[in-house]
Amino acid sequence: MIEFAFPWLSLAVVAPLVAAALLLRRPLPERVRQISLVASTVSFLAASAAWTEMLARAATSAADRWDIGSLLGGAPLLSIDALSAPLLPLVALLFVLTVLATLRRKLQNFASAGLLISEGILLATFACREPWPIIALLAAGTIPPWIELRLNHKPLRIFTLHMGVFVALLVAGQGLLSWDSHSVLAVGLLMAAVLVRSGIAPVHAWLPDLFHNASFGTALLFVTPMVGAYATMRLVLPIAPEWVLRGITLLSVLTAIYAAGMALVQIRARRMFSYLFLSHSSLVFVGLETATTIGLTGALCAWVAIALSMTGFGITLRSIEARMGRIRLDAFLGLYEQIPRLAVLFLITGLAAIGFPGTAGFVGGELLVEGAVQIYPLMGVAVVVVAALNGIAVLRAYFRIFTGARRPVTVDLRLRPPERVAVLALIFLMIGGGLYPQPAVMQLYNAASNLVNQRAAYFGVPVPAPTLDPHHHGAITPSIESAPFSPKGSPPARTQQTLARS
Amino acid sequence: MSQDVLTTILGLTAVGAPAMLLAIVGLTALLGRPLSERLTARLTQVTVSIGLAASIGVLAVMLTTGSRNVVIDLGNWVALDQQHFHLHVKFIFDRLSVPFAILSFVLIGTIGAFAKNYLHREAGFQRFFLLYGVFLFGMIVASVAGTIETLFFGWELVGLSSALLVAYFHQRTGPVVNGQRVWSIYRIADAAFLIAAVTLHHNTGEGDFGVLMGSGPWPEGLAALSSDQALIIGLLLLAAAAGKSALIPFSGWLPRAMEGPTPSSAVFYGALSVHLGTFLLLRVSPILDLSIVLSACVVALGLATAVFAVIAARVQTDVKSSLAFASLTQVGIITAEIGLGFRYVALVHIIGHACLRTLQLVRSPTLLQDYRALENAIGGHLSLEADPLLRGLPDTWRERLYRFGLQRGYFDALIDNVIAAPFVGFFQWCNRQELRWAEILSGVRPEVPTEAPPTPPPPEPALVTEEHR
Repeated sequence: MIEFAFPWLSLAVVAPLVAAALLLRRPLPERVRQISLVASTVSFLAASAAWTEMLARAATSAADRWDIGSLLGGAPLLSIDALSAPLLPLVALLFVLTVLATLRRKLQNFASAGLLISEGILLATFACREPWPIIALLAAGTIPPWIELRLNHKPLRIFTLHMGVFVALLVAGQGLLSWDSHSVLAVGLLMAAVLVRSGIAPVHAWLPDLFHNASFGTALLFVTPMVGAYATMRLVLPIAPEWVLRGITLLSVLTAIYAAGMALVQIRARRMFSYLFLSHSSLVFVGLETATTIGLTGALCAWVAIALSMTGFGITLRSIEARMGRIRLDAFLGLYEQIPRLAVLFLITGLAAIGFPGTAGFVGGELLVEGAVQIYPLMGVAVVVVAALNGIAVLRAYFRIFTGARRPVTVDLRLRPPERVAVLALIFLMIGGGLYPQPAVMQLYNAASNLVNQRAAYFGVPVPAPTLDPHHHGAITPSIESAPFSPKGSPPARTQQTLARS
Repeated sequence: MSQDVLTTILGLTAVGAPAMLLAIVGLTALLGRPLSERLTARLTQVTVSIGLAASIGVLAVMLTTGSRNVVIDLGNWVALDQQHFHLHVKFIFDRLSVPFAILSFVLIGTIGAFAKNYLHREAGFQRFFLLYGVFLFGMIVASVAGTIETLFFGWELVGLSSALLVAYFHQRTGPVVNGQRVWSIYRIADAAFLIAAVTLHHNTGEGDFGVLMGSGPWPEGLAALSSDQALIIGLLLLAAAAGKSALIPFSGWLPRAMEGPTPSSAVFYGALSVHLGTFLLLRVSPILDLSIVLSACVVALGLATAVFAVIAARVQTDVKSSLAFASLTQVGIITAEIGLGFRYVALVHIIGHACLRTLQLVRSPTLLQDYRALENAIGGHLSLEADPLLRGLPDTWRERLYRFGLQRGYFDALIDNVIAAPFVGFFQWCNRQELRWAEILSGVRPEVPTEAPPTPPPPEPALVTEEHR
């Protein structure tokens, strides 16, 4: 592990928190937007610098020089590796662009402070590799949306119940694991916790509820970084036995199909968005739980692509909502003539979300199908069906919002330049990533390989060498790592804590 | 300059020219600086001409050198060498792809020139040409694709542009509902296509067309699959082709697609898009030779579609729908030809039919004038007598056939009632249960209405072509 020349990680985490503190002192309304934007931009630049320095120095992991954990003689509190290095700037970017695309009147002091606190917590979570600090940060991350719901006098019970269960399961699982490092029950509890946080059916009721009751920006940024997937990779995947993963894969696929079907019958745009997102995020879980290098690489690629595209899709939806109020999908709103460019942006982000060829999601989808088919051939079919259904849902939403008889409106519906910049930036990233995916795929492939090696080390099983198949091109290679790591070998020699540090 | 370099340059130009058109029109639209009508039309003309010239150049080189299979391998788009995973970008110029690419350039170029005047000062002029660019690029990529992934890329672009063009007159809900329907059918076809690809990969470990097309140049290759594998993969590809080419039971989308502007109806649904499914069958035709059952299925589906379309075409009340079913009749026959092994016949049939149908559809808005000109020429009225084929049938049978044709074989109703309605009904029920569950958990009655109002039934397809344009 190397030490950064500058404390990039601390800067990335602290900048939004300091800005949040400033906002709580109630500055002038016109300063709120500036402060939020500057803080999130600084955070993004610091996170990008950390990734760049790590790549430039060809390191496998890196931490700040004066990290609190290191100073206390333990493992660094904030550090990044091949997995978290690209995710950190990704998450920071989502916040920058969401702030950028938020109308000034919507950026109130407290809402902005909450957003920035969420960003700080989330970045700290993604820069953390130790189980207990991750758990603490995951728990802390649920508080800002909860406070927002409470301040706005919205129904709280569903969110509180689910997030309470999530935190309780995490604490119980990790506590049990600290006591008995081989406890299957502990793994089950941790897995159940991340399933709740990720909204896998049947514990997904909080997701549409949050989108319905919270502000769109808060809900969007609470779900699109997919912190549940990160928790899975850090806390569960390295130690979960194969049969647990297989069961979860099945559950994830069923959720993906179910959510895709539900997205098709929704008549509120926000609920449609929540189910569409759930369908996509469940596919990421399908890839993660294959625990093969290809499947994991696919899941990570899909993760990045979905985070970008669904955020873009959400921002465009929110831009329309900011002008028209809550959108219903049971009528044709006829907005195309007023905002043709927003219609195009909506369509492109939506298509990117379903992994349309030429966008970043396509490669992720291909790899994901490959990984899924290695485990169960029918899984690949299910993933394809889900993509088809989601495609229908996206175009249905496009038609309902933008087509139909033109309606007279009294307000200017056109996008403001910052909103345009935000969505265009996401689109260029999605299309750029789709046209030239190799560097990103390689980076994520390294992260996936590390994880597979961790599992191999934990279960004492050597990493199987891929069988040579020189003619193979494209999606499916049944020969590679089709024998995942089973817990049949010698008992694990290392604890989860050491694995996380390794 | 060596022959290889020349064919590579020409081949890449053939694919690059439409890509350039799409990039320029798309980027300027995205950045809010759309090109003027004149510039758009000129750019279209230039890029299509360059692409066409390049395609003809490839053909000339192939004829000169006697080469039957020119492969342009652009290498790996994504490669994970340790996992032996590669997404390859490869283009093949052979006796199938070159005529199809030239046909696409000729017809799309003609329609571009036609649409320039036809849609002059139309509000959606730029939108039409943007989708036109997407369609052209998709068609060319699909035509010359050398791997399943590349073909799928083109296939998806064609599907998207087609659905959006059906909904071109989007101020009316009819075209939009029809566009949504076309898209839904296409997605089913896409799913079948991808599942076929997954099955192929799973069985053989390859995604290259080499497995499907066989070792030799088209159409003489011998596919490296067992008979059972060929049957399963072939049936999935047949389903994909049926969706794309409007074979039964998916034929309902074709007349609905005529809601789009005449230029797009002519070239997309009348000539090119509707033949893409048969092109897929031709491309993978070596696997048809491996399974007699598969070939029989292809023939049966083709003939059944042709018979159905003949009946339906005779009871249509507007010219574009009538032409749509006439087109479908030929597509059915072409499919049967492919199943029977007449690959070159099918290819020639596609080319001839596409050209004729484009002309007919482009002339359709002036049908009455053409009739008048004909009647003036023959000095009397055209015959309005009953069809000689039906004259000998008993009245009850004629009535049944009439109803069958008028209801378009009940295929739309079948899909709606057997697949769509139960599917939507199930998820609406789930939605109600979820809302009830949320109510129990939160103690608050949700504001969300529990059920969507029924979607208005899609109106009849294009009734008056001039009005719909």
